[in-house]
Amino acid sequence: MSDLTPNPTPAGHNPADLRAEIDALIAQGTFDLASRRLAELWRRDSASGTASFVTSRLDELREKTRDNLALTKFKLAILRSFTVEPIVPLLRAEAFAYGIDLEVHVGDFNTYVQDILDGQSSLYRFAPNAVVLAVRTGQAAPELWCDFADLAPEAAQQAAERVVRSYEQWIGAFRKQSQAALIIHSLERPSSPSLGILDGQSDAGQSGLIRQINRELRRIAAGFHGTYGLDYDALVARHGSEHWHDERKWLTARLPIAAGYLLQMAREWMRFIVPLSGRTAKVLVVDLDNTLWGGIIGEDGMGGIKVGLEYPGAAHQALQRALLDLSRKGILLAICSKNNLDDAMEALENHPGMLVRAKHFAALRINWTDKVQNLREIAQELNVGIDALAFLDDNPFEREQVRAALPEITVIDLPKDPLEYASAVRNCAAFERLTLSAEDQQRTEMYAAQKQRSGAEQSFQSKEDFFRFLEQEAELEPVSDVTLARVAQLTQKTNQFNLTTRRYTEPQIAEMAKQPEWHIFSIRVRDRFGDHGLVGVAIAHDEGEQCEVDTFLLSCRVIGRTVETALLAHLAESAAQRGRKRLVGWFLPTKKNAPARDFYPQHGFERQETNGAGSLWTLDLKSSTLRCPDWIKLKVNDRS
Amino acid sequence: MTATTFEQVRNVASDIFGIPADKITAESSPETIETWDSMQHLNLVLAIEEKFGVQLDPEDIEQMKNIGAVATLVEKLRSAAR
Repeated sequence: MSDLTPNPTPAGHNPADLRAEIDALIAQGTFDLASRRLAELWRRDSASGTASFVTSRLDELREKTRDNLALTKFKLAILRSFTVEPIVPLLRAEAFAYGIDLEVHVGDFNTYVQDILDGQSSLYRFAPNAVVLAVRTGQAAPELWCDFADLAPEAAQQAAERVVRSYEQWIGAFRKQSQAALIIHSLERPSSPSLGILDGQSDAGQSGLIRQINRELRRIAAGFHGTYGLDYDALVARHGSEHWHDERKWLTARLPIAAGYLLQMAREWMRFIVPLSGRTAKVLVVDLDNTLWGGIIGEDGMGGIKVGLEYPGAAHQALQRALLDLSRKGILLAICSKNNLDDAMEALENHPGMLVRAKHFAALRINWTDKVQNLREIAQELNVGIDALAFLDDNPFEREQVRAALPEITVIDLPKDPLEYASAVRNCAAFERLTLSAEDQQRTEMYAAQKQRSGAEQSFQSKEDFFRFLEQEAELEPVSDVTLARVAQLTQKTNQFNLTTRRYTEPQIAEMAKQPEWHIFSIRVRDRFGDHGLVGVAIAHDEGEQCEVDTFLLSCRVIGRTVETALLAHLAESAAQRGRKRLVGWFLPTKKNAPARDFYPQHGFERQETNGAGSLWTLDLKSSTLRCPDWIKLKVNDRS
Repeated sequence: MTATTFEQVRNVASDIFGIPADKITAESSPETIETWDSMQHLNLVLAIEEKFGVQLDPEDIEQMKNIGAVATLVEKLRSAAR
């Protein structure tokens, strides 16, 4: 934590003063605070000019700190059929506000096919983490866009199929060259179809065929790992085609999007970049009064607070529905509210207009303690880092205080009008997920079971008694198509019990799994209180006489229940069976992985070497006594 | 106190071209501002449209020879919109 804890910015701080202050802070070398003020400037004034200022100062900060800002690096390539250059500063500024240092490569105008097919192209030399394929209907399917009325029905259908086949070839060629995530824009429908209202009478019209292409593109994307659809057609519709487009800019500068909507394009890309770079929030902490419901429960009482089907309570009910949707995606909910516990619980349990109830919240802090302290406790209770929290509160003062004291938290700036609360939550990229695992959907129940476990733990004399009581069953298996997404997700999200913190995409894992000398295992755990799901991953590869552990991680839910020993023992046993003499592995320390620091020495590994990055540990497999603890029932599914 | 149109245009130009606002005058142009190339010209147009809620025609964009001309153009479009 930084020892600089400045006071919340006074409300009168205007953008021009902020710019001057940022430059002064950079000049005097106060880089940490300069970086925070720069993010604040962007939040206050997300305009094109500001984006240029923000990116130029970000580059300056990067240079002056020798690239040592607390930001996640991410490389994005944009392949396009239209001008995207003016969007790039907006995108980089927006990424910066999410804690991401985004480097962007823009492909040449309309050269996306060559760029994809040529393995030596600048696209692949850039080595992106993700690639956006942004092609407009007019370029991808010119026959369907112009002169559609001249096409015979069969010719139109064939044109649509040709478009789909081209995309399929491009995606296949890309996947052979790169394991980067691929984000494909869907094709937009014309706002005024050639045949007018006739177009709406058949599936084979202009709009119908473009819809058909989009449906097929989704199907194709689902067949490739790490390939995602961006519904550009829906994005345009959301903002209104007439507003979104600027025909003059298209004709003069090949820029189809109006000045006022460039930011929306950048934000849509961010909804992919944030989860791809792992900067997501795992917990949303909400306030109660004037947030979850309208009014103040302590003053207005059960009859006075507003939440229900009618205005103004409907706005708060809509927010609650958005919260429930997040919870179904595996984001935990928690409450942090200054209130009397009894008043708040009465409303949470019994108010007829409420959609969320106490059971939907994994942690409650309803008291008069300050919010910063409460947020720290919530993170501790749920076993997540502070940076995994997002904070929702109608009070700007509370928000600024939290932001100043805990800069790593995602603070959602609620608009003044409660009717806009729900969309502020729904549009926050920190809650986006690229895949949804069974674990995600059951997370709230899992945490409820966790509470029971903690209660049980305290009633046992020894840890061993507790482990036996838990009746843990673990299931180990090589990674498969079914588990690939979850395995990649765990490498991207796990921070605490993670020995090397190497992040992998789905295609990277799939590629590794194909190599005979690489071994990727996942472990599922259940106990008497419930199923934890797939919670651990180990990746190792054989090299000569030794087997090296590349990745070893465990979700924080099961740390300290000896599951880690079971997984390590299996790595050792299987390596010995393959004739290896030693199991070796690095521990690479980060700010967060202290819980894994003593893992190797505790399991009989000797330190072999230490360098600036970490320490290398080795276990002699012949003399090793490493075994799976007898209180864990281990089942190994070896499908290879 | 509200900033004059010229001052607001100057602030936008300062952000876009990466030079201090007090170094920009009504006569500043692509000849005097090194970073004012065609891509930055487009960025200036977009930033002006966004900030003032106006729409610039290709003919208008042609006229944006220097910062003073940009401010005059914005004034004209805004008074026409009223």
